[in-house]
Amino acid sequence: MFKIIKAIYHNGKQYIPDLRNVKLRPPFRGRPEISTAKVDEQALAKICPTGAIGTNPISIDLGKCAFCGECAFAFPEKIKFTQDYRTSSNIREDLIIKEGETNPIRVDSNSIRNEVKKIFGKSLKLRQVSAGGDNSCEWELGAAGNANFDMSRYGIEFTASPRHSDGIVVTGPITENMAEPLRIAYDAIPEPKLFILCGIDAISGGLFADSQAIDRSILNDIKVDLYIPGNPSHPLTIVNAILDLTRNSNK
Amino acid sequence: MIDLNKIAKIKNNESISLKDIAIIDYEEFSHIVIELLKQPENHCLSYFAYKSNDNLQFIMAVGDDKNHNILLLSHLLKSDEKPELESLTKEIFALHIFEREIHENFGINFIEHPWLKPVRFANNRANKEMQINDYPFYSIKSEELHEVGVGPIHAGVIEPGHFRFICNGENVLHLEIQLGWQHRGIEKLFLDKENNLQRNLLAENIAGDTAIGHTTAFAQTIEALAGKQLGKQRHIERALALELERIAIHTGDISALCTDIAYHFGSNVFGILRTAIINFMQFWSGNRFGKSLIRVGGTHLPFTEELKVELLDVLSKYEKQFEEMVYITFRLPSVQNRFDFIGIVSPEQARTIGTVGLSARMSQIERDIRVSHPNFAYQEFPYETITAERGDVFARFLLKKKEIRKSISWIRNVMENYNFDASQNEKPDYQLKLKPSSFAISLVEAWRGEVCHCAITDEAGKLKHYKIKDPSMHNWKALELSLRNVEISDFPINNKSYNLSYCGHDL
Repeated sequence: MFKIIKAIYHNGKQYIPDLRNVKLRPPFRGRPEISTAKVDEQALAKICPTGAIGTNPISIDLGKCAFCGECAFAFPEKIKFTQDYRTSSNIREDLIIKEGETNPIRVDSNSIRNEVKKIFGKSLKLRQVSAGGDNSCEWELGAAGNANFDMSRYGIEFTASPRHSDGIVVTGPITENMAEPLRIAYDAIPEPKLFILCGIDAISGGLFADSQAIDRSILNDIKVDLYIPGNPSHPLTIVNAILDLTRNSNK
Repeated sequence: MIDLNKIAKIKNNESISLKDIAIIDYEEFSHIVIELLKQPENHCLSYFAYKSNDNLQFIMAVGDDKNHNILLLSHLLKSDEKPELESLTKEIFALHIFEREIHENFGINFIEHPWLKPVRFANNRANKEMQINDYPFYSIKSEELHEVGVGPIHAGVIEPGHFRFICNGENVLHLEIQLGWQHRGIEKLFLDKENNLQRNLLAENIAGDTAIGHTTAFAQTIEALAGKQLGKQRHIERALALELERIAIHTGDISALCTDIAYHFGSNVFGILRTAIINFMQFWSGNRFGKSLIRVGGTHLPFTEELKVELLDVLSKYEKQFEEMVYITFRLPSVQNRFDFIGIVSPEQARTIGTVGLSARMSQIERDIRVSHPNFAYQEFPYETITAERGDVFARFLLKKKEIRKSISWIRNVMENYNFDASQNEKPDYQLKLKPSSFAISLVEAWRGEVCHCAITDEAGKLKHYKIKDPSMHNWKALELSLRNVEISDFPINNKSYNLSYCGHDL
């Protein structure tokens, strides 16, 4: 008994009080910034292993960026990764960062459906479906609920059944073999419901965009409510993204 | 006795010209393979086929764990021959999964194979008629039995797989696991991608929880094919990252096992302890899983003396709390009672099905690449394998704890005796020129067990075939056997105690 009390005491307070403003140390790579320095644009674009870098002007698509940092290692004067982990948006185009842009990425509250904040603002139960995820995004979604990040303090939790949930979080590029189960799970969730893509594989196919073994046709007729970049997404990125989408205080 | 002189022999992380791998006829091949694999010191590392001028060439790599050699055998099936071969699984059951894979990909009929079912419904499979929902499950006709199907989507935040139980009341008579849901066509992408940086990233994503293990195997395979010798420090860094990955995941697994038996205190503390380790990974590499750390030919993120100070500090805090919590958890009757004698796999079973890594060591089998085929880091700083005895959930639980301790003491040994030199700073090299018509193999003891990557180049030095084997390929069978005569409610703790990879298996 005494040992247990001691262990509890040593464990201390582990939760991060303010998930909105955590200072992460480099080399953590969050939202990149592109300077206006002149470089060989073609060479820079060619480096990117996921084809996230566009030219004229230079841009980085966070829906494709694996945050591997190769571009910043090769062109440090051009590209710098900040430690800003709030990189999610509800608008796909807003994930594309252009030359000279240093403004933060935020969820656009005007384009959120009316009922989202009202219905999911205090409690949100989500169903996770891995459709070819590599188990790192899955670990991080799990970690978002652990004692450090403690997402459930906001009433956000993962449920076992789609019938008890308010939305779905997809990880992975959506394999051909998982396309049907994913559709069944989505259909089983009662309306209104959220559809969230977590990780670059889910957002754009990522490294697997050219694979013949994936089937992303489900995205043709479902509107995506939230894009959470990363490979994998950091738990802080995940929790903040969901808060930005469902809560009124969008600081 | 078989004549081993004509069999090609290489070491781990080496390459060999394809013409030095003798192609023998299948009868002789079978004879040698059976003789070799009946000896307990040998086990099959990989067995695969690839198209070579319309013919199908088969290559098997057998690990001679005692003499630290890898034996390479090959046979050929000409395009005008009947696509069938006598199955070797009847004699050596551990080969079942390899033969199934070849059957699925090339339509080769392995005569008298006891379980010739699809492995993963790969996109490039031979029989496209059959879809993933057509999997032929084993069934028993009886009015007293019922079947329980679970998945592909599970209750937790985990990857998809389908489990079919045949139950007699609460007791499971038989479990069959159907995988393939995660298949992303990775092996083909390795050939399609344009450069080694793209392949490097792909290797990181084979199984994100084994990012270090798979990427190290990939980098070593390419470096072997290019004849590139890395400096000592790079090898030590990779091994260091590998041990940190092991500590992090094992701690996470201990936490998850506590969750599954509703021991929240343990779940909470071990979960937090995992965070400390992966946050150190993030401080080193910028990513909690160590993605972007391991690169072909070098690294952007060398380990430094400053990182050493930080790591030693993290480890001493970790260790203090870990030992305190271990003392409480492993003595708790309610924990012991849930794990003891549940899901036993005997040493004979474990050996027969060819388990590797932790799933072998839980049943007294000393199978560990760090000892049997060590690379530079583990030659310089040797590792001693530890095993458990009973092969039950508690053995796996216990072994994770012991391996964490062992990894920490290995890391401390390195930290005390190796000075990291900032001037030794090889940058990645994605333009390495590969030897033409060659074969290379790399084995890495990742936290689940041995990861094996094989690559073959064509006459121009381009990648012609890439073969990945995650330890889960062997070990899923162990989970199936664990469930025999176990209550179905004990499935979650069994599953968690193995924590096998779906995406690593499905590729």
